[in-house]
Amino acid sequence: MRYEKPTTVEAASALLAGQGARVLAGGTDLLVQMKARVLSPDVVVDIKGIDATRKITKDASGYTIGAAVTGAELKEHPTLSKDWPGLVEAANLIGSTQVQGRASLGGNLCNGSPAADSVPGMIAAGAVATIAGPKGTRTLPVEDIMLAPRKLALTAGEFIVSFKIPARPAHGGDAYLRFIPRTEMDIAVVGCGVALALDASGTCTAARVSLGAVAARPLLVVDAGKALIGTKVDEAALAKMEAAARAACKPIDDKRGTVEFRIDVAGTLAKRTATIALERARKV
Amino acid sequence: MAKHHVTTTVNGDPVEYLCESEQSLLDCLRDELDLIGAKEGCSSGDCGACSVLLDGRLVCSCLILGVEAEGKNVETIEGMAQGEELHPLQRKFLEHAALQCGICTPGVLVAAKALLAKNPDPTETQVRYWLAGNLCRCTGYDKIVRAVMDAAAEMRGA
Repeated sequence: MRYEKPTTVEAASALLAGQGARVLAGGTDLLVQMKARVLSPDVVVDIKGIDATRKITKDASGYTIGAAVTGAELKEHPTLSKDWPGLVEAANLIGSTQVQGRASLGGNLCNGSPAADSVPGMIAAGAVATIAGPKGTRTLPVEDIMLAPRKLALTAGEFIVSFKIPARPAHGGDAYLRFIPRTEMDIAVVGCGVALALDASGTCTAARVSLGAVAARPLLVVDAGKALIGTKVDEAALAKMEAAARAACKPIDDKRGTVEFRIDVAGTLAKRTATIALERARKV
Repeated sequence: MAKHHVTTTVNGDPVEYLCESEQSLLDCLRDELDLIGAKEGCSSGDCGACSVLLDGRLVCSCLILGVEAEGKNVETIEGMAQGEELHPLQRKFLEHAALQCGICTPGVLVAAKALLAKNPDPTETQVRYWLAGNLCRCTGYDKIVRAVMDAAAEMRGA
């Protein structure tokens, strides 16, 4: 195996276009899979030498978060947790303190697990990935990146440089909740991210609901969002959203939960998550 | 494939080592530098026995490539005591009998030190969550948590 640490996106793309190349960001999934011989890359391309992958910048249009920025760095940012608390909470649920010191949004997404905690958080927030590749740079909404377990909509030589998170709406709030049978260090049985915006009268003007671990990929549940838009997010609207969330689920049976259980939990979790997002939106 | 020549700082001392691309930082510390305080437990980032600080950040050294330490600052359990004088956390671990077999202890101490550097007055809940990535199969954790709380109080001068 070769280790490379390019300092430009062009050099990284060229290396990644080769056979058997893998991106190294925090390494908390890649190294585990290499040790287990699930992956045996010929070349590991450490993207942390590229400045844009390692920084958070903020302007009037929102945040640009480098793909290799760690969970601990997201939490320590002076304003990100105030603007997008749900996104930061989702990322901070990944693994232990030690894992938080390394694990990144880019890695969590590109590891390709339907249960990745940060992904519904990003989808709800409306995150868009900036992807560099041999033909230049393109953007893709986060919900369109993972296609199936371990399968991504990235072509040879492409990698995610950063994520664009829009500016939080004036009266906007987001939240992420997951169900696990213990309190820490576990993988989501169901995860749910919700971001919504209200107008001055408290009517919902935008809502995005995303579910993890209930299908082959994290889902943007458009109908669940629609159930809230134009309402005061009252009990009737929440009930409609809950039903839409359950209707979108196509989960598997496994040791973490049955199909029936996951579908049921998805609705309950969506309602609880939306309620927290609503409280946050009302406070700002 | 030529080995990588890595220049780094470990516990304040400049060090150099040669490593293979796939060699973990943990293996480099143990096999190349004879710093065998950090332990290999699970080798998958679940147990925390290999905990070290990398540029001040608590990490599992089993999930970092040795070559990634180039130009960085690594702190291990070996740097915790000042000569013969134990760090307050180490002393409190002995006083509270917060260890039995000792395999997890270097990782727990490094992690606890990182917590107290960030938060000198943690609640018991904060200690438990911070140390959730450090598994101990002997103590049942209560003695570890008590030792950390007591050390924190002493270090605050309380």
